[in-house]
Amino acid sequence: MTDILCPECGCKLNMPKNFEKNEVIVCPECGVTLEITSVNPVEVALAEEADEDWGE
Amino acid sequence: MKIGLLHSRIRVEEKLILDEFRKRNIEVVDLNDDDMYFFLNNLNLDFDVVLERSVHYARSLYALKLFNDNGIKTVNTYDVVRVCGDKFLTTQALIANKIPTPKCYMAFTEESALKAIEELGYPCVMKPAIGSWGRLVSKINDREAAEAILEHKTVLGSYQHSIFYIQEYVDKKKGRDIRSFVIDGKCIAAIYRTSPHWITNTARGGQATNCPLNPELIKISEDAAKACGGGILAMDVFENDDGYSVNEVNSTMEFRNSIITTGVDIPAKIVDYVIKCGSEK
Repeated sequence: MTDILCPECGCKLNMPKNFEKNEVIVCPECGVTLEITSVNPVEVALAEEADEDWGE
Repeated sequence: MKIGLLHSRIRVEEKLILDEFRKRNIEVVDLNDDDMYFFLNNLNLDFDVVLERSVHYARSLYALKLFNDNGIKTVNTYDVVRVCGDKFLTTQALIANKIPTPKCYMAFTEESALKAIEELGYPCVMKPAIGSWGRLVSKINDREAAEAILEHKTVLGSYQHSIFYIQEYVDKKKGRDIRSFVIDGKCIAAIYRTSPHWITNTARGGQATNCPLNPELIKISEDAAKACGGGILAMDVFENDDGYSVNEVNSTMEFRNSIITTGVDIPAKIVDYVIKCGSEK
């Protein structure tokens, strides 16, 4: 698989095992939260920030 | 059995739940609330049960209402999510069922809210009725702070922030509170959430450790869950000198910090319950 890079800092991301579309991961270098927006091809984007009604 | 998973982002919790379904060779239909749209006049959806795991309270509420109105079972139901997602409704449910809960006031204007706060006494806590993860929760230590926060909420917030939900401040014993987990009426586990900050949500840095269950904690957790309609719920519980009280009830619980901590396979219990609901006629 091609290296997937953090869109924020350019660091190579460690993709989790059996990753899913919409799965959130954290960049190990800059700590930004990312969302996997596509699995084929693999694409990531900055995850949406929490909105007012988000939560448990 | 046809099971749907209503979700937004796939967090650790959703991943664990999906993994558990896969272990049992159960296919789950992906229902991403970003992508879905519904023809209300003729909803053409067919599921035995939908597990709701959206991070959006409003989207969950509307989707669940639609599903339930069309005979689709959901975990949790619209009525449960409605009560748990609105702290005023949760408090009403707890009071109606005589479950110990902190003193609460409600007001609709700055002036009346200030009177309520002065009657309750300082310090007190103001929270938005709808909100989670300790967001926009204020500890009000004196009248000057009360006046400032009330003005800010009124001027800067949406109309919802002019519904003032005011709660007594509970000084947490040992800097912690308890999160207990109730699934299908049974309290299965609990954790302490400890923090030097008065807000102990793990989302805000609170540290989780196992909280051994005892009869009183089990009873108040299960009673509170029943009062809110049951299902898969997480209770936020205070320890007081005279016993436990329930602060809030959560209907889309996070549990990533609680599986190893408690030794309880929470995703497995969730999947057990979803399958049970889907199987019921």
